[in-house]
Amino acid sequence: MTCRGQEAPIAGPYLDRVERVPLVDAMLVAERLTLRFAGITAVDSLSFSLRAGELLGIIGPNGAGKTSVLNCINGFYHPQAGRITFGDQDITRLPPHARARLGIARAFQNLALYPGMTVLSNIMSGRIIHMRAGVLSSGIYWGRAERELLEHRARVEEIIDFLEMEEYRNHRVAELPYGVQKKVELGRALAMEPRLLLLDEPMAGMSADEKTDIARYILELREVRGLPMILIEHDMGVVMDLCDRLIVMDYGKKIAEGPPAEIQHHPEVVKAYLGEEHIA
Amino acid sequence: MMARGVAGRRALAAQAVLERERITLPAAAIALDTFPKRLTHNAERFGDRVAFREKEFGIWHEITWRQYLDRARAAALGLDALGLRRGDIVMIIGDNRPEQFYVAMGAQAIGAISCGMYQDSLAEQLAELINFAGTRFVFCEDQEQADKMLEMDAAVPTVDRVIVEDWRGMWRYRHPKLTSLADLEALGREAHAREPGRFADMVRGGKSEDIAILCQTSGTTAMPKLAMLSHRNMLSQGENFHAVERHIGPGDEFVSYLPFAWIGEQMFSFTLHQQVGFTVNFPEEPETAQRDFREIGPHFTFAPARIYEGLHSAVTVRILDAGPIRQRIYNAAMQAGIQAVELEAEGRRVPWRLRLLRALFYWTVYRPILDKIGMTRMRVAWNGGASLGPDYHKFFRAMGLNLKQIYGQTEIGGISCVHRDGQVRFWTMGAPIANTEVALSKEGEILERSPSVFLGYYRNSEATAKALREGWLYSGDTGTMDPSGDVILFDRMGDMLQKTDGTQVPPRIIEDMLKFTPYIQEACVLGDGQPFLATILNMDMRNVGKWAEDHGIAYTSYTDLSQRPEVLDLLGRLVKETNARLKPEWQISKFVSLYKEFHPDDEELTRTRKLRRGHITERYRDLINAIYGEASQFQAVVTIRYEDGRTAEMRPVMQILTVGR
Repeated sequence: MTCRGQEAPIAGPYLDRVERVPLVDAMLVAERLTLRFAGITAVDSLSFSLRAGELLGIIGPNGAGKTSVLNCINGFYHPQAGRITFGDQDITRLPPHARARLGIARAFQNLALYPGMTVLSNIMSGRIIHMRAGVLSSGIYWGRAERELLEHRARVEEIIDFLEMEEYRNHRVAELPYGVQKKVELGRALAMEPRLLLLDEPMAGMSADEKTDIARYILELREVRGLPMILIEHDMGVVMDLCDRLIVMDYGKKIAEGPPAEIQHHPEVVKAYLGEEHIA
Repeated sequence: MMARGVAGRRALAAQAVLERERITLPAAAIALDTFPKRLTHNAERFGDRVAFREKEFGIWHEITWRQYLDRARAAALGLDALGLRRGDIVMIIGDNRPEQFYVAMGAQAIGAISCGMYQDSLAEQLAELINFAGTRFVFCEDQEQADKMLEMDAAVPTVDRVIVEDWRGMWRYRHPKLTSLADLEALGREAHAREPGRFADMVRGGKSEDIAILCQTSGTTAMPKLAMLSHRNMLSQGENFHAVERHIGPGDEFVSYLPFAWIGEQMFSFTLHQQVGFTVNFPEEPETAQRDFREIGPHFTFAPARIYEGLHSAVTVRILDAGPIRQRIYNAAMQAGIQAVELEAEGRRVPWRLRLLRALFYWTVYRPILDKIGMTRMRVAWNGGASLGPDYHKFFRAMGLNLKQIYGQTEIGGISCVHRDGQVRFWTMGAPIANTEVALSKEGEILERSPSVFLGYYRNSEATAKALREGWLYSGDTGTMDPSGDVILFDRMGDMLQKTDGTQVPPRIIEDMLKFTPYIQEACVLGDGQPFLATILNMDMRNVGKWAEDHGIAYTSYTDLSQRPEVLDLLGRLVKETNARLKPEWQISKFVSLYKEFHPDDEELTRTRKLRRGHITERYRDLINAIYGEASQFQAVVTIRYEDGRTAEMRPVMQILTVGR
């Protein structure tokens, strides 16, 4: 196992490398985001903010626009109106790879892995944004590139240990059960050493045991590394248990916001989830 | 002495340390009659040679003998600072890691006792043992084990400290009894800096008669008992074993992956390791053990029967998956191998043609298979714990693996007999090791005497008086002596079945034959006081599941699959085939495919996977009555308790089948 004792934190050297965002009020601010596709308004004038170290949940019925919000944050979609600030930088117009370099990582709902490659290589692919050796020195390999590769491999091993995937290290992703593939997806996002992690239904299709594991990892990321996260998840038990704060969306609009305990009894939420009759 | 760089300075510093230690502990002046004394000596003797190797982050990390001593000393002084005293007990729970050895060794340096516990035990079972022994310190590998302790906190008032090695996931744990191993060792290092001679003094104060370990006995009949084994018991066991297995030496590799609580692990990774100085390797995780085992390619291994049974079934199933040509080659190779092995065992000459054939098959069949299971370098593989059926012995020996039987109980340090090279008669348990006598009582019980016979059961003088009489250990096994001097084991004393016509039947022999097929995981033969024999079978989920898929049989769960007519048909055929090899009065007349597997949590098996017949006949009394009645099926009523306290009821129906002639 990785670390022994209290003074050695969960991810060892990896933790030290995560630059802590200064404790400003909000590290990510979205202002009046609006995203339209040919007449359908997927996100409708949505404003929210994420505080440093916070775990923010976005919930809502299918098609409410949750994934679209994440797509706006990591740059897959460009909203027609509104502004996104990350730290003190306006990232609204930045392309996805530039945002990745800033430290925004994402684990996809529908896996986006390389099925023919091993778990190790897949997670290693998350390190690409941190690789510095040029074509020439990589071609020669010995020396600089080798040292760098070893360093990246060490980071990847820490993640494999963190996600308890030792036994799958050299397996091809395509051969693995779905639940394990989801973990690889999370692992690759972590390999980027993100400052903000976007989790799109990380537990969908998982068994109860696997869900518990993922919940444990998420908690650990927040408690020990202070990593801010935005979580989309349909399992209400999980969302209510884990998140510091929730945003409820319906038809692209924010219909409620607050701590889980409040949201549970919010009339708008009950309406959106259970239908009108239940309110009376 | 030209080195002026860092390496040179380091070497000088190391030498200085060595000098200092020599002054505080002159090795020649003391007898090496306890484990901590041995370790101190070994740190000098072997220095920077590799004692342990542990895989972490995908890489094998080496731990030298000197580092072993350093960590054990830190643990000892840390435990001392926290108040552990002579005669106290430290219980150790978790998967195999070097840290368990540091703590066990540290405890023993103080004069305290180390006691391994099975890591898959339930919290209640652990609590029962802890209270029984009045344990003060518990060492847990990780959160999983620590949680069990905290859950049972109120129920284990004697526990003062819970030491946890891997703090992962416990960032919010603030329980006052919790201490991390790192903190413990830091305390120890401080103490060492303050008082450099203290550790050596403690070690010097140790006596060979002190209890070194408490070891859970497998307890097939009742509540587990804790055998007290002194330093002398364990060290003499190692010496007397090494005297007949001289080939084990420094530079050999061994993989530690079986529970620390098992006497076998104490024999090899703890005792023999200190005596001989080979390298003990620790897998990364239990799930990667097989792959890591293969990476190391150990020179010898010691495992209970279930490991060999598992390997056999894994190989067989792969072969069933291979094409027809490969299958024929394999069958021819196994046939030739078994033929040769049978001749060898009877002490007859193997004809040169057969030898030539085996040499050919070694390179084409045996070696590639041995390579897959990481055994090409293996000089000898010992089987211990429950005995292994002759069919398995033949299977592995046919492939050229030197598989030998070790016989012994926890109460005699784990060993009294072992097969000798060149005289492996696989129906015997081998011959007594050095300084060991074996005799038979009037009732046919196997009695043993050696310097390794234990001191007694902890806090259980009644059981001790039964097991220890006039220096002899009463093993509880029935057996006889082979004319060659080898010991032959029948079964446990109470386990022999007596049919109504008076025939004595040793159930284990029949069960071993049934289990040899890859489709039967476990079998329990019944028939004591009955007119005929019957058996309760556990099908092997993995292999029968695969067989079902290959035959297009759909199923949902173990329970469902176990009662499919096709599966019952398959099992029926297997029982019939076994019957054909048994004498008529030992043949099975009826069988049931149980809806679940026997499990240690349900007290049907011991933690080393031996049947607990008493519990099984008790638990399935109604089923057994049905088998010996007229019924053709039986409905069990099972209450399942989920972890959150909810219960559900299941009513599986089992078919009772008569085996055709």
